[in-house]
Amino acid sequence: MPDLLKTPLHGLHLKLGARMVPFAGYDMPVQYPLGVMKEHLHCRARAGLFDVSHMGQILIHPKSGDLRDAALSLETLVPADIAGLSAGRQRYGLFTNPEGGIEDDLMIANRGDHLFLVVNAACKAADLAHLQAHLPDSCTITPVTDRALLALQGPDAEAVLARIVPDVATMRFMDVAVIDSPFGPLWVSRSGYTGEDGYEISVADDQAEAFASALLAEDAVEAIGLGARDSLRLEAGLCLYGSDLDTATTPAEADLGWAVQKVRRSGGAREGGFPGADRILPELASSPARTRIGLRPEGRAPMRPGTVLYASPDSDTPIGTVTSGAFGPSIEGPMSMAYVATDHISPGTLIFGDVRGKRLPATVTKMPFRPATYKR
Amino acid sequence: MKFTEEHEWLREEDDVIVVGITEHAATQLGDLVFVELPSVGTEVVKDDEVVVIESVKAASDILAPIDGEIVEVNEALVENPGLVNEDAQGDAWFFKIKPSDPSQMDDMMDEAAYKKFVD
Repeated sequence: MPDLLKTPLHGLHLKLGARMVPFAGYDMPVQYPLGVMKEHLHCRARAGLFDVSHMGQILIHPKSGDLRDAALSLETLVPADIAGLSAGRQRYGLFTNPEGGIEDDLMIANRGDHLFLVVNAACKAADLAHLQAHLPDSCTITPVTDRALLALQGPDAEAVLARIVPDVATMRFMDVAVIDSPFGPLWVSRSGYTGEDGYEISVADDQAEAFASALLAEDAVEAIGLGARDSLRLEAGLCLYGSDLDTATTPAEADLGWAVQKVRRSGGAREGGFPGADRILPELASSPARTRIGLRPEGRAPMRPGTVLYASPDSDTPIGTVTSGAFGPSIEGPMSMAYVATDHISPGTLIFGDVRGKRLPATVTKMPFRPATYKR
Repeated sequence: MKFTEEHEWLREEDDVIVVGITEHAATQLGDLVFVELPSVGTEVVKDDEVVVIESVKAASDILAPIDGEIVEVNEALVENPGLVNEDAQGDAWFFKIKPSDPSQMDDMMDEAAYKKFVD
Protein backbone atom coordinates (compact mmCIF):
# COMPACT_ATOMS: atom_id res chain seq x y z
CA MET A 1 0.00 0.00 0.00
CA PRO A 2 2.53 2.62 -1.09
CA ASP A 3 -0.07 5.36 -1.48
CA LEU A 4 -1.47 5.31 2.04
CA LEU A 5 -1.09 8.49 4.06
CA LYS A 6 0.48 8.41 7.51
CA THR A 7 -0.52 10.38 10.58
CA PRO A 8 2.17 12.00 12.76
CA LEU A 9 1.71 9.07 15.17
CA HIS A 10 2.34 6.36 12.55
CA GLY A 11 5.78 5.52 13.93
CA LEU A 12 4.40 5.28 17.45
CA HIS A 13 1.68 2.84 16.33
CA LEU A 14 4.33 0.58 14.82
CA LYS A 15 6.45 0.81 17.97
CA LEU A 16 3.41 -0.17 20.04
CA GLY A 17 2.90 -3.27 17.87
CA ALA A 18 -0.34 -2.15 16.22
CA ARG A 19 -1.90 -4.09 13.40
CA MET A 20 -2.31 -1.51 10.64
CA VAL A 21 -5.10 -1.37 8.06
CA PRO A 22 -6.03 1.05 5.29
CA PHE A 23 -8.79 3.41 6.45
CA ALA A 24 -10.00 6.47 4.53
CA GLY A 25 -6.70 6.57 2.65
CA TYR A 26 -4.56 6.34 5.80
CA ASP A 27 -2.53 3.49 7.27
CA MET A 28 -4.27 3.27 10.65
CA PRO A 29 -4.08 1.00 13.74
CA VAL A 30 -7.08 -1.35 13.91
CA GLN A 31 -5.85 -2.88 17.15
CA TYR A 32 -2.83 -3.07 19.42
CA PRO A 33 -1.50 -6.23 21.12
CA LEU A 34 -4.17 -5.88 23.85
CA GLY A 35 -6.88 -6.75 21.29
CA VAL A 36 -10.22 -5.17 20.44
CA MET A 37 -12.20 -6.61 23.35
CA LYS A 38 -9.76 -5.62 26.08
CA GLU A 39 -9.09 -2.21 24.49
CA HIS A 40 -12.83 -1.52 24.54
CA LEU A 41 -13.22 -2.55 28.18
CA HIS A 42 -10.10 -0.65 29.22
CA CYS A 43 -11.45 2.55 27.69
CA ARG A 44 -14.68 2.17 29.67
CA ALA A 45 -12.84 1.30 32.91
CA ARG A 46 -9.85 3.68 32.80
CA ALA A 47 -8.83 5.71 29.73
CA GLY A 48 -8.09 5.10 26.07
CA LEU A 49 -5.97 7.12 23.65
CA PHE A 50 -7.06 7.24 20.01
CA ASP A 51 -5.23 8.66 17.01
CA VAL A 52 -7.89 10.50 15.01
CA SER A 53 -5.40 12.62 13.06
CA HIS A 54 -6.87 11.34 9.81
CA MET A 55 -9.94 13.47 10.45
CA GLY A 56 -10.13 16.89 8.86
CA GLN A 57 -9.55 20.07 10.87
CA ILE A 58 -10.75 23.29 9.24
CA LEU A 59 -10.73 26.93 10.39
CA ILE A 60 -13.28 29.49 9.18
CA HIS A 61 -12.44 33.15 9.80
CA PRO A 62 -14.83 36.03 8.99
CA LYS A 63 -13.03 38.74 7.00
CA SER A 64 -15.22 41.35 8.72
CA GLY A 65 -13.92 40.27 12.12
CA ASP A 66 -17.53 39.64 13.18
CA LEU A 67 -17.96 35.94 13.95
CA ARG A 68 -21.70 36.16 13.28
CA ASP A 69 -20.91 36.63 9.57
CA ALA A 70 -19.05 33.32 9.46
CA ALA A 71 -21.72 31.58 11.54
CA LEU A 72 -24.55 32.77 9.29
CA SER A 73 -22.55 31.73 6.21
CA LEU A 74 -22.01 28.23 7.59
CA GLU A 75 -25.72 28.03 8.40
CA THR A 76 -26.37 28.07 4.64
CA LEU A 77 -24.70 24.62 4.49
CA VAL A 78 -25.50 23.16 7.93
CA PRO A 79 -28.99 23.02 9.47
CA ALA A 80 -27.74 23.77 13.00
CA ASP A 81 -27.94 26.88 15.17
CA ILE A 82 -24.40 28.17 14.67
CA ALA A 83 -25.09 31.88 15.18
CA GLY A 84 -26.46 30.96 18.61
CA LEU A 85 -23.44 28.89 19.60
CA SER A 86 -21.59 30.65 22.44
CA ALA A 87 -17.86 31.31 22.41
CA GLY A 88 -16.04 28.32 23.87
CA ARG A 89 -18.76 25.87 22.91
CA GLN A 90 -19.03 23.10 20.32
CA ARG A 91 -22.02 21.51 18.59
CA TYR A 92 -22.69 18.51 16.32
CA GLY A 93 -23.89 19.33 12.81
CA LEU A 94 -24.54 17.92 9.35
CA PHE A 95 -23.68 19.00 5.82
CA THR A 96 -26.88 18.37 3.84
CA ASN A 97 -27.46 18.14 0.10
CA PRO A 98 -30.32 19.53 -2.04
CA GLU A 99 -32.14 16.17 -1.87
CA GLY A 100 -32.12 16.33 1.94
CA GLY A 101 -29.39 13.68 2.33
CA ILE A 102 -26.34 13.95 4.57
CA GLU A 103 -22.97 14.72 2.96
CA ASP A 104 -21.05 14.45 6.24
CA ASP A 105 -21.45 14.87 9.98
CA LEU A 106 -19.11 17.20 11.82
CA MET A 107 -18.27 19.13 14.97
CA ILE A 108 -18.44 22.93 14.90
CA ALA A 109 -16.71 24.98 17.62
CA ASN A 110 -17.00 28.69 18.31
CA ARG A 111 -13.49 29.82 19.23
CA GLY A 112 -14.32 33.49 19.79
CA ASP A 113 -13.16 35.11 16.57
CA HIS A 114 -13.40 32.06 14.29
CA LEU A 115 -15.06 28.67 13.86
CA PHE A 116 -13.20 25.36 14.08
CA LEU A 117 -14.61 22.30 12.33
CA VAL A 118 -13.71 18.62 12.67
CA VAL A 119 -14.95 16.49 9.76
CA ASN A 120 -14.68 12.83 8.74
CA ALA A 121 -11.46 11.65 7.12
CA ALA A 122 -13.15 10.13 4.07
CA CYS A 123 -15.13 13.33 3.43
CA LYS A 124 -12.56 15.99 4.24
CA ALA A 125 -11.50 16.87 0.69
CA ALA A 126 -15.13 17.07 -0.45
CA ASP A 127 -16.11 19.09 2.63
CA LEU A 128 -13.32 21.56 2.03
CA ALA A 129 -14.28 21.96 -1.63
CA HIS A 130 -17.94 22.37 -0.60
CA LEU A 131 -17.04 25.12 1.88
CA GLN A 132 -14.79 26.87 -0.63
CA ALA A 133 -17.46 26.70 -3.34
CA HIS A 134 -20.40 27.87 -1.27
CA LEU A 135 -19.21 30.15 1.50
CA PRO A 136 -19.10 33.76 0.42
CA ASP A 137 -15.86 35.65 -0.12
CA SER A 138 -16.37 37.14 3.33
CA CYS A 139 -14.95 33.97 4.95
CA THR A 140 -11.41 32.60 4.89
CA ILE A 141 -11.35 28.81 4.91
CA THR A 142 -8.12 27.21 6.09
CA PRO A 143 -7.50 23.47 6.24
CA VAL A 144 -5.26 22.64 9.20
CA THR A 145 -2.54 20.39 7.81
CA ASP A 146 0.14 20.64 10.50
CA ARG A 147 -1.69 19.32 13.54
CA ALA A 148 -2.49 15.84 14.82
CA LEU A 149 -5.79 15.04 16.55
CA LEU A 150 -5.97 12.71 19.55
CA ALA A 151 -8.91 11.55 21.63
CA LEU A 152 -8.49 10.65 25.30
CA GLN A 153 -11.65 8.93 26.49
CA GLY A 154 -12.82 7.22 29.65
CA PRO A 155 -13.39 7.84 33.36
CA ASP A 156 -9.70 8.59 34.05
CA ALA A 157 -9.30 10.97 31.11
CA GLU A 158 -9.83 14.11 33.19
CA ALA A 159 -7.30 13.17 35.87
CA VAL A 160 -4.69 12.15 33.30
CA LEU A 161 -4.99 15.19 31.05
CA ALA A 162 -5.26 17.60 34.02
CA ARG A 163 -1.78 16.52 35.15
CA ILE A 164 -0.45 18.08 31.94
CA VAL A 165 -2.98 20.91 31.54
CA PRO A 166 -4.88 21.52 34.82
CA ASP A 167 -7.42 23.85 33.17
CA VAL A 168 -9.17 20.96 31.41
CA ALA A 169 -10.69 19.79 34.71
CA THR A 170 -13.19 22.65 34.78
CA MET A 171 -14.39 22.18 31.20
CA ARG A 172 -17.89 20.76 30.66
CA PHE A 173 -19.11 18.45 27.90
CA MET A 174 -18.80 20.26 24.54
CA ASP A 175 -16.66 23.10 25.93
CA VAL A 176 -13.65 24.06 23.79
CA ALA A 177 -10.47 25.91 24.76
CA VAL A 178 -6.97 26.66 23.51
CA ILE A 179 -4.57 25.90 26.34
CA ASP A 180 -0.79 26.37 26.54
CA SER A 181 1.12 23.25 27.49
CA PRO A 182 4.66 21.82 27.46
CA PHE A 183 3.64 20.47 24.02
CA GLY A 184 2.67 23.86 22.66
CA PRO A 185 -0.87 25.20 22.42
CA LEU A 186 -3.44 22.42 22.64
CA TRP A 187 -6.86 22.83 21.03
CA VAL A 188 -9.01 20.96 23.52
CA SER A 189 -12.67 20.01 23.42
CA ARG A 190 -14.43 18.01 26.12
CA SER A 191 -16.05 15.58 23.74
CA GLY A 192 -15.42 12.38 21.85
CA TYR A 193 -17.16 9.54 20.12
CA THR A 194 -17.26 6.72 22.65
CA GLY A 195 -20.07 7.73 25.01
CA GLU A 196 -17.40 8.30 27.66
CA ASP A 197 -16.35 11.53 29.27
CA GLY A 198 -13.12 12.68 27.69
CA TYR A 199 -11.37 15.05 25.35
CA GLU A 200 -10.31 15.55 21.79
CA ILE A 201 -7.00 17.35 21.55
CA SER A 202 -5.38 18.94 18.52
CA VAL A 203 -1.60 19.24 18.89
CA ALA A 204 1.15 20.41 16.55
CA ASP A 205 2.52 17.58 14.34
CA ASP A 206 6.03 17.87 15.74
CA GLN A 207 4.78 17.56 19.35
CA ALA A 208 2.24 14.82 18.73
CA GLU A 209 4.38 11.79 19.49
CA ALA A 210 5.85 13.34 22.65
CA PHE A 211 2.37 14.32 23.83
CA ALA A 212 0.88 10.90 23.05
CA SER A 213 3.82 9.18 24.76
CA ALA A 214 3.34 11.32 27.88
CA LEU A 215 -0.30 10.23 28.04
CA LEU A 216 0.55 6.57 27.38
CA ALA A 217 3.14 6.67 30.18
CA GLU A 218 0.23 6.90 32.61
CA ASP A 219 -0.93 3.55 34.05
CA ALA A 220 -4.52 4.44 33.30
CA VAL A 221 -3.99 4.92 29.56
CA GLU A 222 -3.87 2.33 26.78
CA ALA A 223 -3.74 2.96 23.04
CA ILE A 224 -7.03 2.02 21.37
CA GLY A 225 -7.44 1.11 17.70
CA LEU A 226 -10.21 1.56 15.17
CA GLY A 227 -11.72 -1.84 16.05
CA ALA A 228 -12.63 -0.83 19.59
CA ARG A 229 -13.46 2.69 18.45
CA ASP A 230 -16.24 1.15 16.37
CA SER A 231 -17.71 -1.01 19.16
CA LEU A 232 -17.46 1.91 21.62
CA ARG A 233 -19.31 4.33 19.33
CA LEU A 234 -21.93 1.73 18.49
CA GLU A 235 -22.65 1.01 22.18
CA ALA A 236 -23.01 4.78 22.56
CA GLY A 237 -25.58 4.82 19.72
CA LEU A 238 -23.43 7.15 17.61
CA CYS A 239 -23.59 7.06 13.82
CA LEU A 240 -20.68 6.17 11.58
CA TYR A 241 -20.75 8.23 8.40
CA GLY A 242 -20.69 5.97 5.34
CA SER A 243 -22.42 3.14 7.27
CA ASP A 244 -25.32 4.66 9.22
CA LEU A 245 -25.44 7.98 7.38
CA ASP A 246 -25.00 8.71 3.69
CA THR A 247 -26.00 11.05 0.91
CA ALA A 248 -29.40 9.33 0.54
CA THR A 249 -30.29 9.44 4.25
CA THR A 250 -32.10 12.45 5.73
CA PRO A 251 -31.72 13.86 9.27
CA ALA A 252 -35.25 12.71 10.22
CA GLU A 253 -34.62 9.19 8.94
CA ALA A 254 -31.35 9.13 10.90
CA ASP A 255 -33.21 10.25 14.05
CA LEU A 256 -30.87 13.25 14.20
CA GLY A 257 -33.60 15.86 14.61
CA TRP A 258 -31.75 17.06 17.73
CA ALA A 259 -28.98 18.33 15.44
CA VAL A 260 -31.46 20.73 13.79
CA GLN A 261 -32.24 23.28 16.50
CA LYS A 262 -35.66 24.95 16.80
CA VAL A 263 -34.42 28.26 15.39
CA ARG A 264 -33.66 26.53 12.04
CA ARG A 265 -36.95 24.59 11.89
CA SER A 266 -40.31 25.57 10.43
CA GLY A 267 -41.50 28.65 12.32
CA GLY A 268 -38.02 29.39 13.73
CA ALA A 269 -36.34 32.80 13.43
CA ARG A 270 -33.78 31.46 10.91
CA GLU A 271 -35.95 28.74 9.40
CA GLY A 272 -34.45 26.75 6.53
CA GLY A 273 -31.90 28.33 4.24
CA PHE A 274 -29.76 25.17 3.98
CA PRO A 275 -29.58 22.52 1.23
CA GLY A 276 -32.58 20.19 1.23
CA ALA A 277 -34.61 22.27 3.71
CA ASP A 278 -37.79 21.74 1.66
CA ARG A 279 -37.59 18.00 2.34
CA ILE A 280 -35.84 17.98 5.72
CA LEU A 281 -38.11 20.40 7.59
CA PRO A 282 -41.51 18.85 6.68
CA GLU A 283 -40.09 15.40 7.45
CA LEU A 284 -38.91 16.54 10.90
CA ALA A 285 -42.39 17.92 11.58
CA SER A 286 -44.16 14.71 10.57
CA SER A 287 -42.34 11.40 10.29
CA PRO A 288 -40.17 9.76 7.66
CA ALA A 289 -41.00 6.46 5.95
CA ARG A 290 -38.02 4.73 7.56
CA THR A 291 -36.12 5.46 10.77
CA ARG A 292 -32.81 4.53 12.34
CA ILE A 293 -33.25 2.26 15.36
CA GLY A 294 -31.19 0.19 17.75
CA LEU A 295 -31.52 -3.61 17.80
CA ARG A 296 -30.47 -6.20 20.38
CA PRO A 297 -30.29 -9.61 18.70
CA GLU A 298 -31.06 -12.59 20.94
CA GLY A 299 -28.17 -14.93 21.64
CA ARG A 300 -24.58 -14.00 20.83
CA ALA A 301 -24.54 -13.81 17.02
CA PRO A 302 -24.01 -10.24 15.77
CA MET A 303 -26.28 -9.00 12.97
CA ARG A 304 -23.77 -7.44 10.60
CA PRO A 305 -24.30 -4.54 8.18
CA GLY A 306 -26.45 -5.64 5.26
CA THR A 307 -28.57 -8.07 7.29
CA VAL A 308 -32.12 -7.88 5.89
CA LEU A 309 -34.90 -7.47 8.47
CA TYR A 310 -38.45 -8.86 8.48
CA ALA A 311 -41.52 -8.38 10.67
CA SER A 312 -41.96 -12.12 11.23
CA PRO A 313 -40.03 -15.38 10.85
CA ASP A 314 -41.90 -16.28 7.64
CA SER A 315 -42.60 -12.92 5.99
CA ASP A 316 -41.25 -12.38 2.46
CA THR A 317 -41.40 -8.59 2.68
CA PRO A 318 -38.27 -6.89 4.03
CA ILE A 319 -38.91 -4.03 6.46
CA GLY A 320 -35.35 -2.77 6.70
CA THR A 321 -31.60 -3.36 6.77
CA VAL A 322 -28.85 -3.36 9.39
CA THR A 323 -26.24 -0.61 8.86
CA SER A 324 -23.88 -1.31 11.79
CA GLY A 325 -23.58 -4.42 13.88
CA ALA A 326 -21.06 -5.83 16.30
CA PHE A 327 -20.61 -7.49 19.64
CA GLY A 328 -20.76 -4.99 22.51
CA PRO A 329 -18.10 -5.93 25.07
CA SER A 330 -19.60 -3.69 27.79
CA ILE A 331 -23.19 -4.80 27.23
CA GLU A 332 -21.92 -8.38 26.79
CA GLY A 333 -24.02 -9.07 23.75
CA PRO A 334 -24.59 -8.21 20.12
CA MET A 335 -26.06 -4.88 19.02
CA SER A 336 -26.98 -3.32 15.70
CA MET A 337 -28.18 -0.12 14.17
CA ALA A 338 -30.73 -0.48 11.40
CA TYR A 339 -33.15 1.45 9.26
CA VAL A 340 -36.68 0.03 9.33
CA ALA A 341 -40.12 1.08 8.15
CA THR A 342 -41.42 3.55 10.68
CA ASP A 343 -44.31 1.31 11.86
CA HIS A 344 -41.76 -1.09 13.39
CA ILE A 345 -39.72 1.33 15.51
CA SER A 346 -41.34 1.13 18.97
CA PRO A 347 -38.87 -0.12 21.57
CA GLY A 348 -39.72 -3.70 22.49
CA THR A 349 -40.89 -4.65 18.99
CA LEU A 350 -39.55 -8.07 17.99
CA ILE A 351 -38.25 -8.25 14.43
CA PHE A 352 -36.22 -10.86 12.56
CA GLY A 353 -32.92 -10.68 10.75
CA ASP A 354 -31.83 -13.09 8.04
CA VAL A 355 -28.46 -14.37 9.30
CA ARG A 356 -26.94 -17.05 7.09
CA GLY A 357 -30.40 -18.12 5.91
CA LYS A 358 -31.95 -18.29 9.39
CA ARG A 359 -34.43 -15.78 10.78
CA LEU A 360 -33.00 -14.70 14.13
CA PRO A 361 -35.04 -12.56 16.52
CA ALA A 362 -33.94 -9.09 17.66
CA THR A 363 -35.64 -6.52 19.85
CA VAL A 364 -35.95 -2.85 18.89
CA THR A 365 -34.06 -1.05 21.65
CA LYS A 366 -33.67 2.59 22.60
CA MET A 367 -30.13 3.87 22.11
CA PRO A 368 -27.58 4.38 23.52
CA PHE A 369 -27.17 0.69 24.32
CA ARG A 370 -24.95 1.82 27.17
CA PRO A 371 -25.68 5.15 28.92
CA ALA A 372 -23.21 7.95 28.20
CA THR A 373 -21.08 9.34 31.03
CA TYR A 374 -20.53 12.88 29.74
CA LYS A 375 -19.69 15.62 32.31
CA ARG A 376 -22.50 18.04 31.51
CA MET B 1 -0.85 -33.04 14.52
CA LYS B 2 -1.80 -32.25 10.90
CA PHE B 3 -2.66 -28.86 9.43
CA THR B 4 -4.78 -27.65 6.51
CA GLU B 5 -4.49 -24.63 4.25
CA GLU B 6 -7.76 -23.50 5.85
CA HIS B 7 -5.78 -23.04 9.10
CA GLU B 8 -7.30 -25.99 10.92
CA TRP B 9 -5.39 -28.50 13.01
CA LEU B 10 -6.30 -32.18 13.32
CA ARG B 11 -5.20 -34.42 16.16
CA GLU B 12 -5.81 -38.14 16.36
CA GLU B 13 -7.40 -39.25 19.62
CA ASP B 14 -8.19 -42.96 19.73
CA ASP B 15 -10.25 -43.55 16.59
CA VAL B 16 -11.58 -39.99 16.22
CA ILE B 17 -10.03 -36.78 14.94
CA VAL B 18 -10.12 -33.62 17.08
CA VAL B 19 -10.38 -30.43 14.99
CA GLY B 20 -9.62 -26.84 15.89
CA ILE B 21 -8.20 -23.67 14.33
CA THR B 22 -4.56 -22.68 14.58
CA GLU B 23 -3.12 -20.00 16.84
CA HIS B 24 -2.17 -18.13 13.69
CA ALA B 25 -5.82 -18.16 12.55
CA ALA B 26 -7.08 -17.09 15.97
CA THR B 27 -4.66 -14.17 16.02
CA GLN B 28 -5.69 -13.09 12.54
CA LEU B 29 -9.39 -13.32 13.39
CA GLY B 30 -9.11 -11.29 16.59
CA ASP B 31 -11.32 -11.80 19.64
CA LEU B 32 -14.05 -14.36 18.99
CA VAL B 33 -17.52 -13.40 20.18
CA PHE B 34 -19.77 -16.13 18.75
CA VAL B 35 -19.47 -19.81 17.92
CA GLU B 36 -22.18 -21.99 16.34
CA LEU B 37 -21.43 -25.71 16.43
CA PRO B 38 -22.92 -28.55 14.37
CA SER B 39 -25.21 -31.17 15.90
CA VAL B 40 -23.61 -34.38 17.11
CA GLY B 41 -24.41 -37.12 14.62
CA THR B 42 -24.17 -34.89 11.55
CA GLU B 43 -22.59 -36.63 8.56
CA VAL B 44 -20.25 -34.22 6.79
CA VAL B 45 -18.12 -34.29 3.68
CA LYS B 46 -14.85 -32.45 3.22
CA ASP B 47 -15.32 -28.67 2.75
CA ASP B 48 -18.86 -28.62 4.20
CA GLU B 49 -19.36 -25.51 6.33
CA VAL B 50 -19.72 -27.04 9.78
CA VAL B 51 -19.00 -24.24 12.25
CA VAL B 52 -19.78 -20.52 12.13
CA ILE B 53 -17.54 -18.22 14.10
CA GLU B 54 -17.73 -14.47 14.52
CA SER B 55 -14.86 -12.37 15.69
CA VAL B 56 -14.99 -8.70 16.61
CA LYS B 57 -14.32 -8.11 12.92
CA ALA B 58 -16.32 -10.54 10.81
CA ALA B 59 -18.04 -13.89 10.42
CA SER B 60 -16.16 -16.90 9.06
CA ASP B 61 -16.89 -20.56 8.45
CA ILE B 62 -14.89 -23.55 9.54
CA LEU B 63 -14.99 -26.28 6.92
CA ALA B 64 -15.00 -30.00 7.53
CA PRO B 65 -11.38 -31.02 6.81
CA ILE B 66 -12.36 -34.63 6.05
CA ASP B 67 -15.45 -36.81 5.50
CA GLY B 68 -17.05 -38.38 8.53
CA GLU B 69 -19.52 -38.10 11.39
CA ILE B 70 -19.45 -35.38 14.06
CA VAL B 71 -19.28 -37.35 17.31
CA GLU B 72 -18.65 -34.59 19.86
CA VAL B 73 -18.66 -30.77 19.97
CA ASN B 74 -16.99 -28.40 22.43
CA GLU B 75 -20.00 -26.72 24.07
CA ALA B 76 -17.67 -24.63 26.27
CA LEU B 77 -16.93 -22.46 23.23
CA VAL B 78 -20.56 -21.43 22.86
CA GLU B 79 -20.54 -19.86 26.33
CA ASN B 80 -16.97 -18.60 26.08
CA PRO B 81 -15.84 -17.99 22.47
CA GLY B 82 -12.80 -16.11 23.82
CA LEU B 83 -11.28 -19.46 24.79
CA VAL B 84 -10.27 -19.83 21.14
CA ASN B 85 -8.02 -16.77 21.48
CA GLU B 86 -6.53 -18.08 24.72
CA ASP B 87 -5.84 -21.69 23.80
CA ALA B 88 -6.53 -22.28 20.10
CA GLN B 89 -4.43 -25.43 19.80
CA GLY B 90 -5.37 -26.88 23.20
CA ASP B 91 -8.67 -26.64 25.09
CA ALA B 92 -10.41 -24.70 22.34
CA TRP B 93 -11.03 -27.58 19.95
CA PHE B 94 -14.30 -27.27 17.98
CA PHE B 95 -15.48 -30.80 17.19
CA LYS B 96 -14.46 -34.43 16.99
CA ILE B 97 -15.07 -36.32 13.80
CA LYS B 98 -15.12 -40.06 13.14
CA PRO B 99 -13.39 -40.25 9.75
CA SER B 100 -14.88 -42.36 6.98
CA ASP B 101 -11.66 -42.17 4.96
CA PRO B 102 -8.61 -41.52 7.16
CA SER B 103 -6.38 -41.46 4.07
CA GLN B 104 -7.74 -37.93 3.39
CA MET B 105 -5.27 -36.78 6.05
CA ASP B 106 -2.23 -38.28 4.34
CA ASP B 107 -1.42 -35.23 2.24
CA MET B 108 -1.96 -32.66 5.01
CA MET B 109 0.88 -30.51 6.31
CA ASP B 110 2.84 -31.30 9.42
CA GLU B 111 3.68 -28.52 11.87
CA ALA B 112 6.90 -27.51 10.12
CA ALA B 113 5.19 -27.34 6.73
CA TYR B 114 2.30 -25.31 8.17
CA LYS B 115 4.73 -22.86 9.77
CA LYS B 116 6.36 -22.38 6.41
CA PHE B 117 2.91 -22.00 4.81
CA VAL B 118 1.90 -19.07 7.04
CA ASP B 119 5.26 -17.28 7.01
